[in-house]
Amino acid sequence: MAAMVRLLEETDPIVEEVYRRKNEAEEARQLEYLSTVKIQAWYRGEKTRAYMSHLNKCALIIQRHWRGYLGRGLTRILVKNSVMIMKINFYNKKATYIQKMWRGYYVRKYVFNYYSRKRYLEALQIKNEIVRSELEEYAEMQEQERRRKAEKVEKERREVLARRNHYLISTEVIPGVFNSPFLPYPTDTEYLLRSVKPLLHEKKKKTDKPFDPTCRSYDLPKPKLLPPLPTKPQGPFREPEDVQNQRYKPFQPSLRVATSFTSLEEARKQMKNEEWVTRLNDNVFEPFSRRDSRYEPLLHTRSEYGHLPYGFRYFREEFPDRRVTQQSFKTLVPSIPIFDKLNDTYSQGQVF
Amino acid sequence: MSQRQVLQVFEQYQKARTGFVQTVAELASRPQNIETLQNAGVMSLLRPLLLDIVPTIQQTAALALGRLANYNDDLAEAVVKGDILPQLVYSLAEQNRFYKKAAAFVLRAVAKHSPQLAQSVVDCGALDALVICLEEFDPGVKESAAWALGYIARHNAELAQAVVDAGAVPLLVLCIQEPELSLKRIAASALSDICKHSPELAQTVVDAGAIAHLAQMILNPDAKLKRQVFSALSQISKHSVDLAEMVVEAEIFPAVLTCLKDPDEYVKKNVATLIREIAKHTPELAQLIVNAGGVAAVVDYVGESKGNIRLPGIMMLGYIGRHTPEHAKAVAVANVLPKLLQCYLRADASEDLQTKSKKALKNILQKCVHLPALEPLLHDAPPNILKHVVGQFSKVLPHDSKARRLFVTSAGLKKIQEIKAEPGSALAEYINTINNCYPEEIVKYYSPGYSDTLLERVEQYQPSK
Repeated sequence: MAAMVRLLEETDPIVEEVYRRKNEAEEARQLEYLSTVKIQAWYRGEKTRAYMSHLNKCALIIQRHWRGYLGRGLTRILVKNSVMIMKINFYNKKATYIQKMWRGYYVRKYVFNYYSRKRYLEALQIKNEIVRSELEEYAEMQEQERRRKAEKVEKERREVLARRNHYLISTEVIPGVFNSPFLPYPTDTEYLLRSVKPLLHEKKKKTDKPFDPTCRSYDLPKPKLLPPLPTKPQGPFREPEDVQNQRYKPFQPSLRVATSFTSLEEARKQMKNEEWVTRLNDNVFEPFSRRDSRYEPLLHTRSEYGHLPYGFRYFREEFPDRRVTQQSFKTLVPSIPIFDKLNDTYSQGQVF
Repeated sequence: MSQRQVLQVFEQYQKARTGFVQTVAELASRPQNIETLQNAGVMSLLRPLLLDIVPTIQQTAALALGRLANYNDDLAEAVVKGDILPQLVYSLAEQNRFYKKAAAFVLRAVAKHSPQLAQSVVDCGALDALVICLEEFDPGVKESAAWALGYIARHNAELAQAVVDAGAVPLLVLCIQEPELSLKRIAASALSDICKHSPELAQTVVDAGAIAHLAQMILNPDAKLKRQVFSALSQISKHSVDLAEMVVEAEIFPAVLTCLKDPDEYVKKNVATLIREIAKHTPELAQLIVNAGGVAAVVDYVGESKGNIRLPGIMMLGYIGRHTPEHAKAVAVANVLPKLLQCYLRADASEDLQTKSKKALKNILQKCVHLPALEPLLHDAPPNILKHVVGQFSKVLPHDSKARRLFVTSAGLKKIQEIKAEPGSALAEYINTINNCYPEEIVKYYSPGYSDTLLERVEQYQPSK
């Protein structure tokens, strides 16, 4: 019980303590509340920040990977392009090289070929020389012609002069001017005089056209009547026997006409007969290169029963009973028309 | 008086007239008598005789008049003023061939002096009458008519056009084909006179088919005919490229080159003129001439002929060389440059000749890169030509080592050193360029006075112990 009284006595301070603690707590409640809120806020902020930074980091990782991927793709494209450009440049260089060689060759060969120009100029020089020499020859030839003509004219002039002065020739008794007795032999002129015929002066023929003062007849010459033909026949004539011989000459046929149509067959037949008569050896012909094997004649041509009906002649179907005649066709040489014509005009030997 | 005596009077008069007119005609053929005849008033006496009954007197009177008018132009004027021409033209159509010949002779004699006289001849209607004369059979009449037409057409283009309009050209072409030489000559000369004025006239003549006939006559032996033929062909070809090509198509080359060796110098001159006219138009034509060997022939011609005659040859070489470097090389290869130089340098060459040869030389040199042909020029040329020669050397030597070697061995370098040039002139520049192609020692070796400097050095040298 004492514990109870003591406890009851201690209840008032406890209630006061309680009220005091409650008042203190009440006073501190706001502060504590605020500070708790602050701490909680801070904590929440930290949590959120940590979460945000975590999210950022994740986003960064993703973005980093994506950007790397994109960049790698781009680099790949860039690299591909640059490789292609390098390749194109390389090929361009090679193509340029080929084109360069070709253009140089083409220009040197077709547009301006130094060696062909050189050859052309050399050929031109030769041609010039040829032309020069030919022209020289031509000029010389002309010169010679002219000289020859001049000499001829000169010679004729001298001859005419000699003919006119023919009286200057020397005689047996009197030596002429050009045949001086003091010289061993006469001069050239003397020989010339001796060789030419003296010139006779032509007498002027009287023309039967007198001077016509009216000049009316000077235009065109009038045609004169020709003299009449003589009526006697013109000779000389041949002997009658010659003419007869010519007219009635016997017909001399040509070899072609004189040979008969069947001359070939007759000649063959004759040859065969001769062979049949003169043949001494009846042995069959033996070839000398294949002595071991006997000659094997064709079945068709050589059998015990004679020539079998095989061969060129038997290939054609022939119906001899359907023919008009039994004689075979014979080719005729075409007639020569001129012989036919002339044969009629040749005389048969009649005498009229 | 009896009838016979009356007739005798008339006969005497006729004989007197005939004698007078024949003597006057004979006297008029000598120039010294003509003054006297003019003073004696022969014109007024001859005029009525032209209308005489007797044909011989008419003809002889016309002949005398023609000879008088031929002598100088005062008399020709007097003939025109005396109203004689219409009478002549009228009777050209009527009378016989001797009269036609004489009348055509008078017309020709009047027309040849001056264009005005020729115009007055044309105004009388002479052209139609002359063209009718060209259709006659007698070759003498045709010759006089063609001669008169040629003299009329010679003066200027209008007169030539009038002649062509009268229809003379086909008849002249027919005349060329006639066998008589003198007729051919005159017809060729008339065609040449017509063609020379303008391209249209030349084309008309070509359309009449003249070129073929002219080309056929190139190898005729007669020299005067050849002169006229070549003159006609060159007048045709000078106007345009087409005409020149047509002339060339007539296959005149290389036959034409043989005529360069003709003894007659005018033939040679006309041939050279023809070749020149053809060569000047295009490089292809010039190439054709070069390929046919024309250059060698012309060079020989230039070398052999004297004086102004060779002018066309020189011009032709200049024209050919001017076209392209190929041609210049072809010309140089034919050894033409020394001859041209000679022509230029001759003391008795006329100024025209000198200018033309200088121009030709320049034209060829500017395109010529064939050094062996240029070497001889180095030694003989005067300074203004030398400049071009050295210029050409300076263009070629820097690139060709063989040429450099040849240049030295042929004493060209030595000659270069001896040339005195003002510093700063083109010549000095060229010389510098050439000297730069060679090592210094060689240049020094060839410079003049080098042996003296060497000897001086020998004198001053102190042998070391």
